[in-house]
Amino acid sequence: MLGLGKKDLSLLILVAVLTMLAPFLLNPFPTDSGLAQFNAGYPDLMQRFVIFGIFAIGFNILFGLTGYLSFGHAAFLGVGSYAAVWMFKLLSMNVVPAIILSVIIAGVFALAIGYISLRRSGIYFSILTLAFAQMSFALAYSVLTPITNGETGLQIALDDPRILGVSQTEDGSIPVTHFFGIEMRATEVLRLGGWEFQFSAGYYLCALVMLVAFYLAIRIFRSPFGMMLRAVKSNQQRLYYTGLNARPYTLAAFVISGMYAGLAGGLLASMDPLAGAERMQWTASGEVVLMTILGGAGTLIGPVLGAGFIKYFENIFSKLNDNVLHGWFAFLPDGLEDFVVTIVHPFVGKGWHLTLGLMFMAVVIFLPGGLVEGGQRIARLFRRRKASDEHRAAQETPAE
Amino acid sequence: MDAIILQTLNGLDKGSAYALIALGLTLIFGTLGVVNFAHGALFMIGAFCAVTLQRILGASFTTIDETRTDFLGNPMQVETPYVHAWFGPETGASIIEWSVPLAILFSIPVMLLIGLVMERGLIKHFYKRPHADQILVTFGLAIVLQEIIKYFYGANPIPTPAPDALTGSYDFGLLLGMDPNVIIYPYWRLVYFAFAALVIGGVFAFLQFTTFGMVVRAGMADRETVGLLGINIDKRFTIMFGLAAAVAGLAGVMYAPINSPNYHMGMDFLVLSFVVVVVGGMGSLPGAVLAGFLLGILESFASMTQVINLIPGINQIIIYVVAIIVLLARPRGLMGRRGVMEE
Repeated sequence: MLGLGKKDLSLLILVAVLTMLAPFLLNPFPTDSGLAQFNAGYPDLMQRFVIFGIFAIGFNILFGLTGYLSFGHAAFLGVGSYAAVWMFKLLSMNVVPAIILSVIIAGVFALAIGYISLRRSGIYFSILTLAFAQMSFALAYSVLTPITNGETGLQIALDDPRILGVSQTEDGSIPVTHFFGIEMRATEVLRLGGWEFQFSAGYYLCALVMLVAFYLAIRIFRSPFGMMLRAVKSNQQRLYYTGLNARPYTLAAFVISGMYAGLAGGLLASMDPLAGAERMQWTASGEVVLMTILGGAGTLIGPVLGAGFIKYFENIFSKLNDNVLHGWFAFLPDGLEDFVVTIVHPFVGKGWHLTLGLMFMAVVIFLPGGLVEGGQRIARLFRRRKASDEHRAAQETPAE
Repeated sequence: MDAIILQTLNGLDKGSAYALIALGLTLIFGTLGVVNFAHGALFMIGAFCAVTLQRILGASFTTIDETRTDFLGNPMQVETPYVHAWFGPETGASIIEWSVPLAILFSIPVMLLIGLVMERGLIKHFYKRPHADQILVTFGLAIVLQEIIKYFYGANPIPTPAPDALTGSYDFGLLLGMDPNVIIYPYWRLVYFAFAALVIGGVFAFLQFTTFGMVVRAGMADRETVGLLGINIDKRFTIMFGLAAAVAGLAGVMYAPINSPNYHMGMDFLVLSFVVVVVGGMGSLPGAVLAGFLLGILESFASMTQVINLIPGINQIIIYVVAIIVLLARPRGLMGRRGVMEE
C-alpha cells in the first residue's frame, strides 16, 4: 500500500497512530496530581514536537543519507518563517499559501547556498554552510531590516493590506491564522475524570503535514535516488570512477532538506505569526544537529524521536526547581535529601543544557547510532537470550 | 591617512585574539588531525581564570571596628581582603589591581591541565573516527564547559578591569607628528597586541629551535615515520594539545579587560576562528596567524562609516564573504600545503 514495504508501512501507521493520539498519550497524569508537570499534552509543546520533527527529518535526508554535515540549516527555517509572515501580511491569514511560499522560498535559498557550498565536502562544507547561515543572520539583523524588522522580529499588524483577507476583524483586532476558516489556535478541551485532554486544530494540521513529510522521507529513503545518496556517503570516489557525478544528487538532497526546513519555519509562523532573526542563529542549527544525532542519524524514525526527546526535556526539565526536587526526595533522611538535591540541582532547571550536552556527548561516544541504535541493542539482547534458550532446547532434544 | 592608521590599530587587538585562537586550533589540527569545536570554550575558560584569580585575591574577612558605627548605630563591620592583611594595604591593593596580568601565571598550569585531561580523556578516542564525529563530540563538550561556567559564575558578564596604570589611552597621532587627539588608542589593546605577538613568537620559537619542537614538526609532516623511528609521537602530540589549550587560555585571560567575560564569549569567537583557520589554510601555523590579523584588520576597515555607506551591512559579513571566496577560489587557504584536506 502507498508503495511502501510491509515494515515501512507498519512504521508509518505506528507514527500516524501515535501522533493522532498524542493529546492522550502525552497527558498520562491527572491535572491535579503531583506528576502533572510531566504532562506534555498542551498544544504549544505538541506543535513544537511535530514541527521540529519535520525539521529534523529534513536535516536527516541530507546528513543521514549523504553524510554532509550542514551547520547552517536554521537559515532555511528562518527564511521560511519570514516568507510565511509576509504572506500573512500581504495576502491573507490562510496558512496554505503561507506554507507553500515558505517551502518555495526556502528551496530557492537552499539551491543558491547548496550550489556554492557543495563544491567542497567534509569540514569545509560545514564551515561554508555555517558562514552562509551566520551571514544571513547578521544581514537579517542589520541591513535587511525593511524585510525582517531587525531585532524586534517581523509581526503582523493592523494596517497590513491582506488583499484576500481583512486587515482587521470587525472588532478592530488582528485576525488570527486559519486553515480555510478553522482557526489554528482553536482548542477543544475534553475532561475525563481528573484528566484534561486538549485537541488543538493547529496541532492536528502540523501532525498531518508531518505525516506527509514522513511518508515522503520514507519514499526517498527507499528510492534509487536514496540509494545514490547512500553511495555518496559510503564512497564518493568510487561513484566518480563509475562515471557518475555526485553533485546533482547531493544538491537535490540539500534542496529537499532545505525545503523541509522551510516547511517547518512556515508552520512555526502559522502557529504563532511572528519571525525573528534568532531562529537563524547557528545555535539553532546546532540544535537540529543534536536532535538528529541523538535520535539516530540515517534512520527513519530517529530524527523524530530526537526532536521529541529534546523538546520534551527542554520544556519539562527546565521547569524543575529545588522545591520540586525536595518533594521528590522527601522520602530520604534529611541530610541525604539535601545532599541529593544539591547534586541534582545543576542538571535541571536553568542548567538543563548541561544535561543535554552530557547526553549528547555520551550518545556520540557510545551510541553513534543514537537512541534508535540503543533500542535495537536492547532488543537484540533480549532476542539473543531468547534465541539461545531455544538453541539450548534444540540441543537438548536429540540427547533425550 | 589617520583613519587608515586608526582602523589598522583597531583591527590589531581583535586580530590578535583571532590569531591566538586560530593558532591553537591549527596546532591541534596539524598534530592530531582533530577538529576541535571546544576551542572557543577554552578561550572562555581562560577569561574566567582571570575572573577567578580576581575573586581569590579579593577574598576578604570581616572584622568589627568598634570605633566607628554604621548608619544604624551598630559597630561597623569592615571587610579586609586577606592580601591587605598579609602584605600591607598598599601592596595588597596593587596586587588586587594587577590580578589580570597575574592571572597569566595562574592560567598556564590550569589550562595545560585542562588540555591534557581533555586530550587523554576524550579526544584520544576520536582520532580514527570521521571528522563529523569529532566536530559533534567537541561541540557537545563546548556546551558542557559553557554550562559549567554558567552554573558557577552566572549568565551576566563579569567586569574584570585592567590595572589602573594601563587603563588610559595613548595618543598615537603625536608620535607620528599629527594633531593631538586624532588617533587615540587604549593602552590595554597595545598590551594585548604585544602579548599576542610574544606568545605567537614563543610558540614558533619553541617549534623551531627546540628538539621537542623539531620532533613535533616532523610528526606533523609524517607521523608514521616518526613513530617508526622509535619516538613516542603520541605523547608529544598530547603535550601540544595542552600547549594549544594554554595559548587559547592566555588569549582569553588578556581579553577579559577588553570584553567582560561571559559564558558564551567562546562560541562567538569560535565560529570566526574557524573561518580564520580555513582562510589561512588548514594545518598551516603561519597561515593561521596571518589570516587572523588580516581578517581582524579587514573587519575594522569594513566598519568605517564611509565603507558602510558604500555597502550597507558589510561590517557584519565581511569575514564570511572573504571565507566563502577563499574556500571557493583557493580551498587550501592562503598558506595551506597542497593536498592537505583540499577536497
